Amino acid sequence: MPPTSCKAKTHTPMTDSIALARQSILAPVGLGDSDLDRLISALSSPAIDAADVYFQSSRLQSWMLEDGIIKDGSFNIEQGAGLRAISGEKTGFAYSDELELGALTKAADAARAIARGGGAAPVNIGGAPARRRLYDPMNPIESLDDAAKIDLLHRVDAEARGMDTRVKEVMVSLVAVQDTILVVSDDGRLNADVRPLIRLSVVVVAEENGRREQAHSGGGARLDLGWMLAEDRALGFAREAVRQALVNLEAGPAPAGTMTVVLGAGWPGVLLHEAIGHGLEGDFNRKGTSAFSGRLNERVAAKGVTVVDDGTLPGRRGSLNIDDEGTESHCTTLIEDGVLVGYMQDRLNARLMGMQPTGNGRRESYAHLPMPRMTNTYMRAGNHDPGEIIASVEHGLYAANFGGGQVDITSGKFTFSASEAYLIENGKISQPVKGATLIGNGPDVLTRVSMVGNDLKLDEGVGTCGKDGQSVPVGVGQPTLRVDGLTVGGTGAD
Amino acid sequence: MANLATADTTEQLQRLEQSIDRLLSEAKRCGATAAEAVVSASTGLEVAVRMGEIETVEHTRDHGLGVTVYFGKRKGSASTSDLTPQALEDAVAQACTIARHTQEDPCAGLAPAELMARELPSLDLDHPWGISVDDAVRLATDCEDAARAQDNRIINSEGASLSTHAGLKVYGNSHGFVGGYPSTRHGLSVAVVGKSGDEMQRDYWWTSARAPEDLEAAESVGRRAAERTVARLGGRRLGTRRAPVLFRAEQAAGLLRHLCGAISGSALYRKMSFLLDQLGEPLFPVFVQVQEDPLRPRGLASAPFDGDGVATAPKTIVRDGVLQTYLLDHYAGCRLGMTTTGNAGGVRNLSLRMGDKDRAQMLQALDTGLFVTELMGQGVNNVTGDYSRGASGFWVENGVIQYPVEEITIAGNLKDMFKGLVEIGNDHDFCGSTTTGSWLIDKMTIAGE
Repeated sequence: MPPTSCKAKTHTPMTDSIALARQSILAPVGLGDSDLDRLISALSSPAIDAADVYFQSSRLQSWMLEDGIIKDGSFNIEQGAGLRAISGEKTGFAYSDELELGALTKAADAARAIARGGGAAPVNIGGAPARRRLYDPMNPIESLDDAAKIDLLHRVDAEARGMDTRVKEVMVSLVAVQDTILVVSDDGRLNADVRPLIRLSVVVVAEENGRREQAHSGGGARLDLGWMLAEDRALGFAREAVRQALVNLEAGPAPAGTMTVVLGAGWPGVLLHEAIGHGLEGDFNRKGTSAFSGRLNERVAAKGVTVVDDGTLPGRRGSLNIDDEGTESHCTTLIEDGVLVGYMQDRLNARLMGMQPTGNGRRESYAHLPMPRMTNTYMRAGNHDPGEIIASVEHGLYAANFGGGQVDITSGKFTFSASEAYLIENGKISQPVKGATLIGNGPDVLTRVSMVGNDLKLDEGVGTCGKDGQSVPVGVGQPTLRVDGLTVGGTGAD
Repeated sequence: MANLATADTTEQLQRLEQSIDRLLSEAKRCGATAAEAVVSASTGLEVAVRMGEIETVEHTRDHGLGVTVYFGKRKGSASTSDLTPQALEDAVAQACTIARHTQEDPCAGLAPAELMARELPSLDLDHPWGISVDDAVRLATDCEDAARAQDNRIINSEGASLSTHAGLKVYGNSHGFVGGYPSTRHGLSVAVVGKSGDEMQRDYWWTSARAPEDLEAAESVGRRAAERTVARLGGRRLGTRRAPVLFRAEQAAGLLRHLCGAISGSALYRKMSFLLDQLGEPLFPVFVQVQEDPLRPRGLASAPFDGDGVATAPKTIVRDGVLQTYLLDHYAGCRLGMTTTGNAGGVRNLSLRMGDKDRAQMLQALDTGLFVTELMGQGVNNVTGDYSRGASGFWVENGVIQYPVEEITIAGNLKDMFKGLVEIGNDHDFCGSTTTGSWLIDKMTIAGE
């Protein structure tokens, strides 16, 4: 699935996710259009600028293999509705896990209390046809029978153990989720989305001469579980986890200090997510608390650097047909040839900033308020061959893969931790070194990008982003990058 | 079993206990040889104000149910937010379906019946706060106002928020154990932004308690957030070097959490710990004493029984620098050929015996080195103990703070850091379930310019 340009949109015939959502959420509890109308009326008043009701029903099944046996499995069912009323910058919010008109009306009254006064004209509830189908509205839990899932976990385990006798522990987990959402806006507009999500994770511990090292790998998508079986994909994750664990067994201390760093393609795009992405979310910029606040149209990156947030990639973990406010997802250019050109917005922040929503209004569940969040954030390819980039570095660090990262939005300082790294000496990759944390300054780091590879890759689909206690699935990606001057936090004396 | 509840909550507790009964008998009906279940309900209010105006008013109301069934040595689990009788039945059926596919695990099952908590001590955890939205807004506003008025370099705010939650939790299993108790938790926090030239810095402060009267005063929370924020202005980088490091008490508590992670049962039986086979071995210098007290009245992590229904009790984790116990639930205990330590669900209320030096004296003891006040990122490897994190704080010379520092990393190995602990301060100054003063560590690598 190569990323498309922001200009190319995928419009396919309408899906009937609205009918599916009505059937799976509203019908079982006997809620009809007149009830939705009543709830929207209860949330609205002349002092209310916007209101919505967010229904959600989700099913999750997980399996876990450890010590070569299927040790545990679980099934989770969540459903409920979140009701929100907005007046100016004020938001009233209440939710209920009982989908019953009385409980929902009580929640609506609590949410509307944010603004005094009441009584609004009835609206006509109606569904806008979904225009995009980035993934099928199917249930991935049922896309493979349970025996076949179990067999897949055993095969992943056998693959990892069979690769090398130094592999001592293997843990494999498989998760499949179907998340159905239905959003009713104050104008009566009804939107729905049925979102499949699958993920497989492998953790390996390898041991040699009393030294132990771990590594993990995995992948996921908004697709059915057949994706894991295709092209031996799941076995590939096992091989990758073992490869990284064995590399780490050979790793020496990482260097300490500021040096040239070459970042690998794919998941290392977590750099963009932390250093740039969060700082360009609308809420921080409306409030003026981001290191990027007020810097639209300024240069924040080297020429040749273009970064987008793209919720429209088919099947991707971070993709959405519509966001959690019913806005169609977008491909938003954030940095164009080094210049800051856009923010990511939800409806509230877009309205208050006089901008357009960009389909980035996301929430963890009905029990959380939406806010601007990333989808799939990546840097466009440049024209350097990755080998040429490594060869250009006399002395530095090649950070091939990463764990997670963190950012201080206001000061712009960000960190992320390498899980696989090597020294570069005289233009060649040499000794592997232990994972070290890298630290930098968001508004500054992309100005130090001196070479952009031609090998753009998106991650395997395992990313989860946390903000204000809410987790949402996201994607990242980038080509191989050379950054002149990043601080590497190893222990190695120079 | 007697429950601990005020009259108001007794009826709701009984309803949750009935749900447990229904879950357990349904599990039996499905053919499970054993089962356990947990049911919870909570309500709350959260208000946020920013720049003197209301930002959000949130009414929370949550339910949750989790059930695990055992068919001999095979298990399956299910959970849902729906407590209706039909949903209970469905959850048990789902768990039983899962258990058809899991495999025999010799350690799967309930903790032994004789370890179940018999009496539930009163831990004084339930102090509902019937605060109105208007009063909550006023308190949060007072807090933010105090932060904004403290210093003219405070030019912006991320807002202040006040939260209050009251909940009930009941656990039961097929040994016949059923235990439940109500608890409350209240909090107030604020984050503000300071500016000097082009530089912006943000910091925060918070208070959290079981009873509203134990919360730090709103004005004090605000003032401390502002002080912490302006102290960071003018941050510089440091050259790469090795130097002693003083961890502020909050950050030292994080080091204690890494200790607990490494001696937790799940890390040990998976051999994913840098502290394998360390029971009875010196991990720290002899002055280090670490205690766990799950029964501390009003403790933020207090609980009369653990996640397996096993009675909790105070214990010594480190005596005279030597590791005395692992932290095990029933399953991990079985895997390691040991007995549960009542730590299903984690460690509850850690405290480390403090020394006699205050902040200024600890800075004197540091002499010349780094005083770390914030850590960033996830650079802690539980398997090897390798530690490399983003940091900010202050550079100290001759016991006196010279200037704030940022955009640096500190690195070492946790084993060496524990052994290299020179001194513990008496400057514990934050809310939380862990009590410790600051830690002075002999030497770490600082990476910067």
